[in-house]
Amino acid sequence: MSRIFVAGLGAVSPAGWKVTALREALAQDEPLPTQTVERPGGEEPLRARLVPNPAVRPEFLAHPRLRRASPITHYVVAAALEAMAGLLAKADAKRRLGLVVCLQCGCVNYSCRFFEETLKDPATASPLLFPETVFAAPTSHVAAFLGNVSLANSLVGDPATFLQGVSLGVQWLEENRVDACLVIGAEETNWILADALWHLERPAVLTAGAGAVTLCRDPELSMGLELAAITDVHSYSQRNTRMQAARAMREQLRAPGQTEKIAGRMSALPVNAELLCDGVGNCPRTDAPELAAWRDWTGPRLSPKRILGEGLMAAAAWQCVAACDAVAGGQFTAANVSLVGSNQQAMGARFVRTDSSISHLSPGRSPGNIRP
Amino acid sequence: MLFPSTSPLPAPARVVITGAGIITALGQGWKSNAEGFRAGRTAFRPVSLFDVSRQRAKLAAEVDLPAALPPTRLTAKQTARLDRAASLLLLSACEAWQQSGWEPTENLPLVLGTTAGGMSFGEAYFRQALQKPRRHRHQPTRAVHYQPQVQARMVLDALGSNGPITIVSNACASGSNAIGHAWELIRYGQAERAVAGGYDALCGMVFSGFDALQALSTTICRPFDARRDGLALGEGAAVVALETLESARRRGAVILGELIGYGSAIDQHHLTQPHPQGETTLKVMKQACAIAGVTPEDIDYVNAHGTGTVLNDSSEAFAISQWAGPHAATLPVSSTKASIGHLLGAAGAVEAVICLMALREQWLPPELAFENPDPACHFPVVHQSQDARVKIALSNSFGFGGVNATVIFRRWA
Repeated sequence: MSRIFVAGLGAVSPAGWKVTALREALAQDEPLPTQTVERPGGEEPLRARLVPNPAVRPEFLAHPRLRRASPITHYVVAAALEAMAGLLAKADAKRRLGLVVCLQCGCVNYSCRFFEETLKDPATASPLLFPETVFAAPTSHVAAFLGNVSLANSLVGDPATFLQGVSLGVQWLEENRVDACLVIGAEETNWILADALWHLERPAVLTAGAGAVTLCRDPELSMGLELAAITDVHSYSQRNTRMQAARAMREQLRAPGQTEKIAGRMSALPVNAELLCDGVGNCPRTDAPELAAWRDWTGPRLSPKRILGEGLMAAAAWQCVAACDAVAGGQFTAANVSLVGSNQQAMGARFVRTDSSISHLSPGRSPGNIRP
Repeated sequence: MLFPSTSPLPAPARVVITGAGIITALGQGWKSNAEGFRAGRTAFRPVSLFDVSRQRAKLAAEVDLPAALPPTRLTAKQTARLDRAASLLLLSACEAWQQSGWEPTENLPLVLGTTAGGMSFGEAYFRQALQKPRRHRHQPTRAVHYQPQVQARMVLDALGSNGPITIVSNACASGSNAIGHAWELIRYGQAERAVAGGYDALCGMVFSGFDALQALSTTICRPFDARRDGLALGEGAAVVALETLESARRRGAVILGELIGYGSAIDQHHLTQPHPQGETTLKVMKQACAIAGVTPEDIDYVNAHGTGTVLNDSSEAFAISQWAGPHAATLPVSSTKASIGHLLGAAGAVEAVICLMALREQWLPPELAFENPDPACHFPVVHQSQDARVKIALSNSFGFGGVNATVIFRRWA
């Protein structure tokens, strides 16, 4: 039975351009301020949480492939570089890297700009914009930037797809097709996406960014935690409601320490050493199945969407990053990630410390908006 | 649990295809498409789905959708929400399903490739939001059904099944990658059966995009011809039912062919342009052959990506010629995009089904408009309708963003 380790984490969010910014925002436990997004036609502006400009212009923007790229690609590259920092520090020219980029809406900025130009006059629509509209564009750019990507896929789906991406990365590692795999979830904002979210979920506040997790099989590259479990895919259908799927996912993650026992590596963990990082936001109707599925959860709980907003696939990635960060920081021995997607599936995962000892909180690694 | 698995990685299983569905501008279903491809018919006509009066190109391969969809388990409300792309997908899925003889089941993986999904909903949403911003009717439905996973769910609902859905969007390689991914799920024991394929419908935005890039032919789509001037767009879908050989044998299924090799890699040369010498194409063809345990000499037909653009075809011709070596001189190659256009996310899946047709019925699909080969072609381009002995066929697909994919099929006899 193989072991899959986490080698690095990366995040770009409305809190800033690093995992530390994400961590600090969650620790503040206060929803981030919102900005307005103008809609055409005089409709009331919408609220969103925009990614702030980086304090210093990232060097990677000088790369020829990134000069015209859309914001989502910038987020993806920044998160990738942060998650790859450990591996890049131990450079190995022969290391084969897998890349999975997960998206729900993808490159909406250039898509809207291009379609607007097409509606005005297709004869003058910009050929520079169109290639940047495809779902695969961010994957292509980050692969070109990193250089040693041997296998890449762009997956589209609801936010639980991020764990499908992790599962695909695990598959590639287990089949020895890659030595490390970078899994990224990303989105960008614009008025049309904010408008669509307003139509579907009035209380939700759209946000954007990216989250990245680097997986590997080499314990030497690990940041001290590993993947303990990924649940099955619990798809929604005529016969399987979102509520039922969420419950089935939760059941698979139920017994504390169960997956570690399966792996034969650790004994059952005390419940209070475990974190639940869920996808609950501020939308009662959407949140209901997930809240119901985890109703009996008595341990600490982290809900990044309450602070950051609805980041779609990026939000799913942030959940994983925040969970891993909390475990890597020594606050917990394990963290469960609950992803109850909007219209496709529910999936869960569990990350554990490679070393089963529990260390106490260290300064600067406060537990975020964790509610007992 | 997807992870950890409780058992070690099993020995790779043999994977066969027991159902195939296809819809293109040549027609609906295996029979009408096989007749069309065998004869080298072309299906281009003036675009009627949207206004192209301000575009350089005026032709595309439009599908004539049937007046009614086949009866399925979808509710009337669900059926009413199928757009053109979802209808194409459903039609091909129903054909594959019926041919496979499968019964409705739980935990059936569905792996689909698409570039645009429900783009017609997206376009309608955008138009209304821009032109009638105070009108909100239909917008929530459009926002949901624009998403390809929602269309995929409807396919599983229609088939009375449920299971994990994976949407691969590696641009024009998506269909091949979807089939390849499903193959890997079965091969390594994650599933005994899977449904896989690709779909895309013509839409104004994508047509404008290729037109803006001046990638569309203003004459005739002639892949690998020295005078080629671009691609032609089409639409359609293809879906295959894959299962282990053991499962197919156990139930006495008709086997259409065996998927024996798959290779995939990413070309980092440029977002839209392939490496001039087709380095990644060469790599994935070699990869697929190595997995299949075959050499170029064993391949009887190559269904090339062959878009008809100057850059793609010269790069691919270079790679095929390099890969095949001396065997290139006698290796038949053609691009069926000359008949039905480029189907984008559906292309790889449709071309996989065409390979199955060639293997089953022992013919090669010609490009009748082909006249003068590009200097990089060291292989014969099939330009006349012909019967042939085809035991193994290889299909290439490449996408914007650089993902290259190759699948290899073996005749089942």
